[in-house]
Amino acid sequence: MRRRTGFASFLGQRWAVLFFLVELVFFSFLGGGFFSLNGMQIVLFYSTTLALLATAETFVIVTGGIDFSVGFVMGFASVVSAKLAAAFDRMGLPPELSLTFAVLATLAMGLLPGFVNGMLVARLKVPPFLATFSVQGITYGVSLILTKGSAATNVPNLANVIGNGYFMYWVRGRGLSFFLRPDVPRGTNVVEIIPTMVVVTILFVAIAAFLLKRTRFGQHTYAIGGSMDAAVRAGINTKKHLVLIYVISSFLATLSGIIYMLEYVTGKSDAGSSFMLDAVVAVVIGGASLFGGAGTVWKTILGVLILSVLEMGLKMMGVQTFDKFIAVGIILVFAVLIDQFFPELIHKED
Amino acid sequence: MGYLLEVRDITKRFGGLVAVNNVSMGVHAGEVVGLLGDNGAGKSTLIKVISGVYQAEEGKIFFQDKEVHIASPMDALAMGIETIYQDLALAENLNTPANIFLGREKMKKALGFLNVLDHPYMQAESRKVLEKLDILIPSLRNRIRALSGGQRQAVAISRSIYWDAKFLIMDEPTAALGVAEQKKVIGTINLLKSHGIGIIVISHQMHDVFQVADRLIIMRRGEKVAERITRDTTADEIVSLIVGAETVAR
Amino acid sequence: MRHTSVAVVNGKPRSPAVSILARHWALLFLALTVTVFSFTGRNFFALNNFQSIIHLATTGLLLASAETFVIIAGGIDISIGFLLGLSAVSSASTMQLLFAAGWSAPASIVAGISVGMAASIACGLAAGILIARFRVPPFIATLGTQGIAIGISYHICGGFPIGYLPPGLTEIGNGYLLYIHPPSGAWSFFQRPDGIGASQIKDLVRIIPFSFVLLAVLLAVLWHLLKNTRFGQHTYAIGGSMDAAVRAGIDTKKHLILVYVLSAALAGFAGIVDVFQSGNGNYTTFGAQLELFAIAAVIIGGASLFGGKGRIIASVVGVILLKVLENGLNLSGVEPFYRYIAVGLILIVAVVIDQLFPDLF
Repeated sequence: MRRRTGFASFLGQRWAVLFFLVELVFFSFLGGGFFSLNGMQIVLFYSTTLALLATAETFVIVTGGIDFSVGFVMGFASVVSAKLAAAFDRMGLPPELSLTFAVLATLAMGLLPGFVNGMLVARLKVPPFLATFSVQGITYGVSLILTKGSAATNVPNLANVIGNGYFMYWVRGRGLSFFLRPDVPRGTNVVEIIPTMVVVTILFVAIAAFLLKRTRFGQHTYAIGGSMDAAVRAGINTKKHLVLIYVISSFLATLSGIIYMLEYVTGKSDAGSSFMLDAVVAVVIGGASLFGGAGTVWKTILGVLILSVLEMGLKMMGVQTFDKFIAVGIILVFAVLIDQFFPELIHKED
Repeated sequence: MGYLLEVRDITKRFGGLVAVNNVSMGVHAGEVVGLLGDNGAGKSTLIKVISGVYQAEEGKIFFQDKEVHIASPMDALAMGIETIYQDLALAENLNTPANIFLGREKMKKALGFLNVLDHPYMQAESRKVLEKLDILIPSLRNRIRALSGGQRQAVAISRSIYWDAKFLIMDEPTAALGVAEQKKVIGTINLLKSHGIGIIVISHQMHDVFQVADRLIIMRRGEKVAERITRDTTADEIVSLIVGAETVAR
Repeated sequence: MRHTSVAVVNGKPRSPAVSILARHWALLFLALTVTVFSFTGRNFFALNNFQSIIHLATTGLLLASAETFVIIAGGIDISIGFLLGLSAVSSASTMQLLFAAGWSAPASIVAGISVGMAASIACGLAAGILIARFRVPPFIATLGTQGIAIGISYHICGGFPIGYLPPGLTEIGNGYLLYIHPPSGAWSFFQRPDGIGASQIKDLVRIIPFSFVLLAVLLAVLWHLLKNTRFGQHTYAIGGSMDAAVRAGIDTKKHLILVYVLSAALAGFAGIVDVFQSGNGNYTTFGAQLELFAIAAVIIGGASLFGGKGRIIASVVGVILLKVLENGLNLSGVEPFYRYIAVGLILIVAVVIDQLFPDLF
């Protein structure tokens, strides 16, 4: 393998970043507004769901597996949290408590699909593809039963305030306020800074990244992905580890569903189905190999941003949503080809 | 010299690394040559040059007294040079006849016009070649997966024989086999010898090599460091040659 | 040649009875569900219903056959659901345009079929080349072509089914070989007997849908292909050990491309069938998950995702089992949502059985 040195190599390693920048410039000229505070915030807001799902998928893909259930676990979570919040609300609890209980209960329930996935893969040696597909079907079925096919509504409006609120607000003359929109006379200019949900997402993504990169748990995850055999012989409890991985994936997907519920104030069973493809694509663009052992959370996030900007940009250009699929399909193949032909470029530090 | 297969001054490089350096050797028909050496000595590379997986930068290959160019594994196979690698390259999910005939299946006509696989023929032919090699496989219809290591080795060898191999390269034929099966394989190799086939055997099992090889060629760091007639040498001498205590030019 | 296998659990061979039971568990389960639903379902155990199940399963059976080949070869094709939609939409729109432009019905239909097949085969070819020559993992390659198929489909139809198709499609798509009207004794081949009006249709007994015949012929051809030809043998070999196949001199690259083209062709054909059965060009929606049901059927039928195993007839059983479940649950008054759960559970059972009795299939 010839070592490519110099500028070309430097560029090649960062092709994703370059692509992203080119994308931003391209769309800024054509549609406008990406480089504005508003524009960037829209992109970030839009990316929250995908970011969490793709992060979830990163953990699983690093171990050499795949998780097909994240999309429908997200839908399930949105439905369950919406229904619980509505139920608590009907019981007379104040909205803060309804939402809090609903969120906590959903997070707890969301661990279950992951646990089942993990047990199937680790103990029964079911191939991840099949295991997660089965669980996905079951989860989807359960959420459909809960909603009888429609969307779950009647969520207290506080959800909307939280879901669509911003971390900071700045009013000329009044200074900064956090989380709650300041009460100002109509017409006053309020600068909104960073949606709250984005902050939450970044927080969890950062924790996930830390977990994967700097802890022993993360190290072991890469080990399992690199060689299950070697990991077992090194004394790692791979069965337990794999279960945990799928639980983490499920947890992040659940979180994603809760955020969805807060943003849209409803729960939909199939909320996540269109994100499945994108989640895997984002991870692959980020340089992970589907065989496991490589990839990081932040690189996946770059993949997420690339896709989000693409989608928003195409939308702004008036391109129909479904043409996006063509573009994503092409990018995906392109990403894999680059990985094939220049493996040393992507996995520079591995 | 009358070699069946001869290589002269073969050099094979990978970038800056010289894997095989100016190696010459030959094998007569009906002779077994043991190719020995430690890991990284260049044995595998040399046989891959002979079997067409690699092309040497320098040197010539002669087969049946004619110079030949082996540009791909298909070329080698077409000449009758068959290689049995350590992993055997068998399809576990198929049975014995299917493996022996893989890629060269026999067809027959059914209903007058349809071309179908001729399973009875392939089964009968497989049985014949296995008997010729004195190998016992109770049920030919079982998938290879169900066979023991020695039996699989036997199937791989049978495949080569059936297609009229004139020259056989065997990479670690007795590794991962039990004692009884090792004996069986040794017996088979001797049988092949008596059929006039030239054989190169790579093996770390000194005991087996001494049982079956007529000559021994030792490589170290890409070079041929010694050649011995088996009955004129001892295991100790060979080991020290492999490891490098002595170097004796040919 | 039948490969004989013995059930071996933990190294000990089990009795032949257990082997047979495990090997045909899907069939047994099918029999069980049919029995149960006969009691719980309204009009389940009726000629009409059974024929209807198989008639509606036509596209599913075609997709499952497509997936069978790909999975045996050790790959996977997740684009077939959307290739079906692409073919349906492109063929329908061609038929509509040409017919409106003055072409005769048969000509526009034939032209439409050609376009639909060409579109799906092109995608299959692309996937095959990516997988065979560029070594892109099959999952990704077909994910990519799936995306392209979706995009093109929506471009063509804009999210609406395509109508105004030439007449005669549904008569062919939903026709039966024999119609009998017991009350009056009238009967005829291929179409409703003359003189039987709309009000008398409910007494009409229909025997053997055209789709049966189509399926019988096509499935027989595919079965023959897998079992009796070199192509089939090599497909199993490639799935079992790519290495062995390459060293045996098989042109694995060409073969893999052919497999994905075949898969796409069958998916495209399924799309055409859909147009004939529904009378419209329908795009494939997201929730349909057609490819996943096809894969599930193939796995239930005993194939392994690692390749090297699988049979057409087994996949057929898998599809029928799933369709019977759907139909039976429906007629028993159970909400369709439970279907997803049922499929998920059955799939898990299938895989666990495969784990316990690895040498059985």
